[in-house]
Amino acid sequence: MKRTASLWLLVGLAGYCLPPWYMTDSGFWSFSWVFDFTADDNGSALLMGTLHGKTWLLPIFLGFAALAAIQVLPIHQVSAARLLVAVASLLLAYTALQGLVIVRDGPRLLAGMFTNLGAGGGQAGLGAGAFVSCLSLLFVLTTGLSFLGKGRGDAFIIGTIGLIVALVGIFVFFPVAHILIRAFEIEGGGYALSNFLLGFFSADIWGLGCFVGGSCGAAINSVILGIMTGTGTTLLGLAFALIFTRTRFRAKRLLRVLTVIPIITPPFVIGLALILLFGRTGTITNVFADLFGVERTRWIYGFGGVYLAQMLSFTPIAFLVLIGVVEGVSPSMEEASQTLDADCWQTFRYVSLPLMRPGLANAFLLGFIESIADFGNPLVLGGNFNVLSTEIYFAIIGTVADPAKAAILSIALLSLTLGAFFVQRKWLGKKSYATVTGKADSGQHATLSPLVSTACYATALPWAVFTVVVYSMILFGSFVKLWGYNHSFTFDHYRRAFSIDFTNGIRWTGVAWDSYFTTLTISTIAAPLTALVGLATAYLLVRQKFAGKDAFEFSTMLSFAIPGTVIGVSYIMAFNFPPIELTGTSIILIVVFVFRNMPVGVRGGVAAMSQLDKSLDEASITLGANSFTTVRRVIAPLLGPAILAALTYSFVRAITSVSAVIFLVSAKHNMATSFIVGRVENGEFGLAIAYSAVLIVTMLTAILLLQAAIGTRKLRRANRLQPVG
Amino acid sequence: MKNNDKGSVHFEGVVKKYGEVTALKKLDLTIEPGKLVTLLGPSGCGKTTTLRLIARLESATSGRIFIGGRDVTHLSATYRAVSMVFQSYALFPHMSVLENVAYGLTVKSLPKKIAHEKAEHGLELVGLGGFGARLPSELSGGQQQRVAVARAIVLEPEVLLLDEPLSNLDAKLRRLVREEIRQIQQELGLTAVYVTHDQEEAMAVSDHIIVMQNAEIAQQGTPRDLYEMPNSCFIADFIGDANLIDCEVRSANDEQSNIVVSSRPLSVACKAKNTGPSKLVVRPHDISLSPPNGAQDFTGSVSYAAYLGNKIQYTVAGELGELFVVCDVTKDPFAPGDDVSIRFDLSAARIVTEETGSP
Repeated sequence: MKRTASLWLLVGLAGYCLPPWYMTDSGFWSFSWVFDFTADDNGSALLMGTLHGKTWLLPIFLGFAALAAIQVLPIHQVSAARLLVAVASLLLAYTALQGLVIVRDGPRLLAGMFTNLGAGGGQAGLGAGAFVSCLSLLFVLTTGLSFLGKGRGDAFIIGTIGLIVALVGIFVFFPVAHILIRAFEIEGGGYALSNFLLGFFSADIWGLGCFVGGSCGAAINSVILGIMTGTGTTLLGLAFALIFTRTRFRAKRLLRVLTVIPIITPPFVIGLALILLFGRTGTITNVFADLFGVERTRWIYGFGGVYLAQMLSFTPIAFLVLIGVVEGVSPSMEEASQTLDADCWQTFRYVSLPLMRPGLANAFLLGFIESIADFGNPLVLGGNFNVLSTEIYFAIIGTVADPAKAAILSIALLSLTLGAFFVQRKWLGKKSYATVTGKADSGQHATLSPLVSTACYATALPWAVFTVVVYSMILFGSFVKLWGYNHSFTFDHYRRAFSIDFTNGIRWTGVAWDSYFTTLTISTIAAPLTALVGLATAYLLVRQKFAGKDAFEFSTMLSFAIPGTVIGVSYIMAFNFPPIELTGTSIILIVVFVFRNMPVGVRGGVAAMSQLDKSLDEASITLGANSFTTVRRVIAPLLGPAILAALTYSFVRAITSVSAVIFLVSAKHNMATSFIVGRVENGEFGLAIAYSAVLIVTMLTAILLLQAAIGTRKLRRANRLQPVG
Repeated sequence: MKNNDKGSVHFEGVVKKYGEVTALKKLDLTIEPGKLVTLLGPSGCGKTTTLRLIARLESATSGRIFIGGRDVTHLSATYRAVSMVFQSYALFPHMSVLENVAYGLTVKSLPKKIAHEKAEHGLELVGLGGFGARLPSELSGGQQQRVAVARAIVLEPEVLLLDEPLSNLDAKLRRLVREEIRQIQQELGLTAVYVTHDQEEAMAVSDHIIVMQNAEIAQQGTPRDLYEMPNSCFIADFIGDANLIDCEVRSANDEQSNIVVSSRPLSVACKAKNTGPSKLVVRPHDISLSPPNGAQDFTGSVSYAAYLGNKIQYTVAGELGELFVVCDVTKDPFAPGDDVSIRFDLSAARIVTEETGSP
């Protein structure tokens, strides 16, 4: 323990003494401070405290000194660990407190006390030095805890728990608290419960009018939509997964690509394509009107259109989740069933399907939450069909900004998603579904019964064809002058967006390049971080026992349950001023992606990991590997598909996400989606669609590269399907 | 650390609780170096918990644990010099057999070449030389189990832990593998702790058996001690087959006890704890059957007979309740329904008292 703790202590001390304590103008990643470290804003905490009058930073140094003394003095190990924990937590608390109390304008509380110390100047947001110091203090704390016997004495586990708790606390709870406080705010300052209750229980939210011919409240609409989308995507996803893993369908690779495409599409693009197919003058509407005299209506704007768009958008997520689940069902279970004289259908119905239940529940939960948090599709296609997410958006963006109403609506939304979460937990219970055991399995998967495979083909294939049609509309649209009016062929849109001038070296003259490169950079950084945080959380949830695990799981789900618009606004409210000042930086974009998309990694990881026998970890640990090595050499390789799903999904979501991002982009760091939304607002549909097409191709390439790089699990014989006959 | 302690395991007042449930009640136990010790007992008795505490796959609620004379209560599983063979084998399915065996060596940053050499040697030790390149799924159950054993022993652990290692194997293979395990353990002079619920397996492999019941030790000793000197009905019944016959102890000294069974007085060459109602323990092969002879013998009738080649097993119902009897094969064995006279060979019989009745 001593060595680990001392190492972190040294790092922390270095963070205190060397890099700038505050955020500098040149940014977090800039190292220009090395050459000018005495300058006003480049000072480390030590210099700030001694030279620049920020005397409240000096006690932190005393804390470090105390920690060092504990390490050096001959104290019994257990009491030393106790002291480490106590001092490190005190120090962290103090650092956080001074950051919260003393803002840019000076101290918020106890002003008199600080003026005596000469602290009138206030301080900027925390920077590199503070980051390094706090991180090492956190690890000193967790190392101390691990020596007190927590978490089976494993410093890696405790450190990971501590890190994730801290991150979720700072980047989920802290900003959300800002938003929720708004729910109780009354005009003219002050807070009251009555305001909240009045807003919360209004017919706008919970009205049931649509069952008697009127219109329902936004929450009821969201629930109906969510249940239908969750059910629909799970069934379709299962059909695709079964065809993909259990049949000899020839075009499997094509199928995989087809089902992945909708995820890599910015939501409003599917909406646009649907309007051009089914709108009043849409292509398909035209065909039906001309051939059969079907009346042209605006049905696409409303429940039908949103549902269709959400099914297109979210079926692939269910598919990705369910592939791992269907593959994870042990063949010997199916063989056992068949030898018990069950036929293909009975085997599927009574063995395979129940074994897939956790996966199915996960897929449903994902679909449900995605649906009620989705805002791109309802925005484009909703018409008079109000759902919570768009209502929240309009409450913030509308002509009269009403943050309090937005906050109340978010609470309604939150209670729905959390409800879904608890229902799923209850339904799954505590049954063990472990089917990949350490006892190697060499059986063969049962073939599907004709009934099931027919049903799968009958649902999945038309859907695949439909998807192709929708996407060819997008491609088609990017090459025509003006969609719906002038259908002559042109490259103009691509030329405007992505032209390159080679006359004087390479010059990226297209209007889209800036945001394109920013988007790629940010997504590339965010994706592995998201996968890492998500899967690490899943590992802790499935494999480790610790106090407060339920609360831990709940908090990791929270960021997923909050719609992007709310997250975006809450981030602006929380991170626009010290102690954490991130608006306008690229860091805030990365952070928002990591914590928005992390739950997908968590869910996928949990589903995959609960199918891995726990004795595999235990074997590795008793063979002298530490938890880190176990994760790296045993768990990670066995989680191939889950890692792939997490990486793919987080990369793609970072590129296509619009709701949260639109609030957080800046002139310096603009993202592709907000750029496209800007084009749409200007009526430049051709350019917007051309850019979307380029994004789609980019993401597709990335996904195929990822798949090739990670590959599939090699656990059983390569050909796992029974020969026909 | 004293050198001669290497490989010893010592529990001092170890308690393990899962919430409200007590899995171990204040356990004190000592396992001597170089011995194969079996934790035996019905499921839920705490034997696997004990094993997992030695590996620190579970943390003790209170008490201290020593391995090799060193207090390891707070030492994590990674750093304890123990390795474990799992019931489910827990072979890593994505690694070849050789990689599996070399795993523990490579995580200790041993050069890959040396690790693989040692692993190959380990595989030869369990008779699987040349199988290194295969995947675990390409081996039979017995072979997989041997790989798991090889993987554990190449680390030369102070203590080898085996958690019901044979329960997934068929009977013949079970005997073969358990003999191999015993042989390797003795060759390498390893301390081994072996968990099983199969008393025959325990008798066959162990130097010392610790029988557990209801989260505590019921009795411990050599296999022979336990078989010949059971101190409770539970042990008598659990270790080897036994007939527990109701009796009344009239008087007893260190040498001999006078008892009454079914209103007939008998004298048994052992001591009884106290007078009053007790159980007479008679092993199945200490009972002989003969055609009814009208003498003072007990009587009964054969209700079931099983021919086992070298032996015949009978179930006899009569005034003493159901008796389980094993006889040598005779020319004309009894058939179900035959009336028989029953006679006991009391030289090996023991008297035990129900725990519930004792003070």
